[in-house]
Amino acid sequence: MYETSDIKKGLKITMDGAPFVVVEFQFVKPGKGQAFTRTKLKNMITGAVLDKTFKSGEKLEKADLESREMQFLYKDGAMFVFMDTQSYEQIQLSEEDIGDNKYYLLDGMSVDVLMYGERPIDVTPPTFVELSILETEPGFKGDTSGNTTKPAIVETGLKVNVPLFVTMEDVLKIDTRTGEYVERVKK
Amino acid sequence: MVLRAIRQFFDERGFVEVDTPLLVTSPGIEEHIEAFSVDGPGTRRYLLTSPEFQMKRLLASGLGKIYQLGHCFRADETGIHHEPEFTMLEWYRAEAPFETVMRDTEELVVDLAAKTKRWRNAVHTNLRGCDVELPWVRETVSEVFAKHAQVSVTDLEDDELFFRTYVDTVEPRLGENKATFVTHWPARMASLAKLDPDDNQVAQRFEGYIAGIELCNGFTELTDPVEQRRRFTATNEKRKARGAATYPIDEKFLTDLSNLPAAAGNALGVDRLLMLLMGERNIQSVMPFSNADL
Repeated sequence: MYETSDIKKGLKITMDGAPFVVVEFQFVKPGKGQAFTRTKLKNMITGAVLDKTFKSGEKLEKADLESREMQFLYKDGAMFVFMDTQSYEQIQLSEEDIGDNKYYLLDGMSVDVLMYGERPIDVTPPTFVELSILETEPGFKGDTSGNTTKPAIVETGLKVNVPLFVTMEDVLKIDTRTGEYVERVKK
Repeated sequence: MVLRAIRQFFDERGFVEVDTPLLVTSPGIEEHIEAFSVDGPGTRRYLLTSPEFQMKRLLASGLGKIYQLGHCFRADETGIHHEPEFTMLEWYRAEAPFETVMRDTEELVVDLAAKTKRWRNAVHTNLRGCDVELPWVRETVSEVFAKHAQVSVTDLEDDELFFRTYVDTVEPRLGENKATFVTHWPARMASLAKLDPDDNQVAQRFEGYIAGIELCNGFTELTDPVEQRRRFTATNEKRKARGAATYPIDEKFLTDLSNLPAAAGNALGVDRLLMLLMGERNIQSVMPFSNADL
């Protein structure tokens, strides 16, 4: 159990059977009145954000969350299939659960899957992934400054802006936190 | 500089600056204010939550207009508008009703806003878009609940519901565009204020707001020691019932209360006012050391 004084950004709690993460909070107390902590909570499954005000001293239930290392096996229709590397148990996550992280998943890749009890709710890919290019304008040999960019589409469908010198043969290192191009990878 | 300007404001109006102890036998008995206790060998004292008991004893001894700038201490209060140790400005006027003290408050803030602007070379003084020019809006508690939460205060007899509605819906809207006094608080929320002679359900108490931030709390003083003792005892009982510490009754204060002339006073959070004048988002930004810096 948490106390209201434990509330900070990123704290994960369970409310009405769902996991929530604190995205904003403020201690409020009229001089002569009762103290409360006003929060914005994000539902970790639906992404919906709600306002909730806790009375000081109120108890908050810890969210039963666990991060497990898994291997991404394959995509089956709208479902992404993963395998727990310890127990070999297979689990599925929908495209909706995965969100933009679908752009960073390659077959066989190791990822962290966030479990809420027995239910998988989110995937964290490695911070950097290497992806080949599916489509881009031809490269300009002379321009190595990287100041001007052009669009490119990589094998997972992600659109990124890349420097003009990047060619179809290059493999790109992408930062999965921002979805941005980092550098070319020598193959 | 703001502290000096505050002193100048009160000195020019004939107030006497006083300096009462921080270490006291009773820290103030309020239902929702927690004090720090200080234990010496064989004695227990408290850090004051407000200097009001000692300041009122000075009024009872014959001083007519007094002010004090000093630190107050309140446990379990930390947030962007709260610090466990903060600077309080408190002033009292004998033979004056709370309306006079509200007038002092408006004039003080206007004066400080003008001076701050001058010091900052006419750089825009940021009060979050709230106009503090005279006169401030005066609205009663029941008016602001009706206006912002569409509820009648008489339906909010439960204190938790009252304050929940207040902090969620009402308070953020107070003084949004124009500085506002919220007056006539329910009698049960007035531990040292005089009840309104025309309506004993409410007290002659006010709070001042700028941009949704509570700046001060003032009232016409209760001068009846019997009634005061009854309220202290009732408050301690409520505190005990919810498992909170109870605080000693200051007997010397009660004795002197019978000599207190009709009077009114106000307690204003200096750090909050400074934060607003400087355009800062939290009070820690205007303190040389916040509690977290220690």
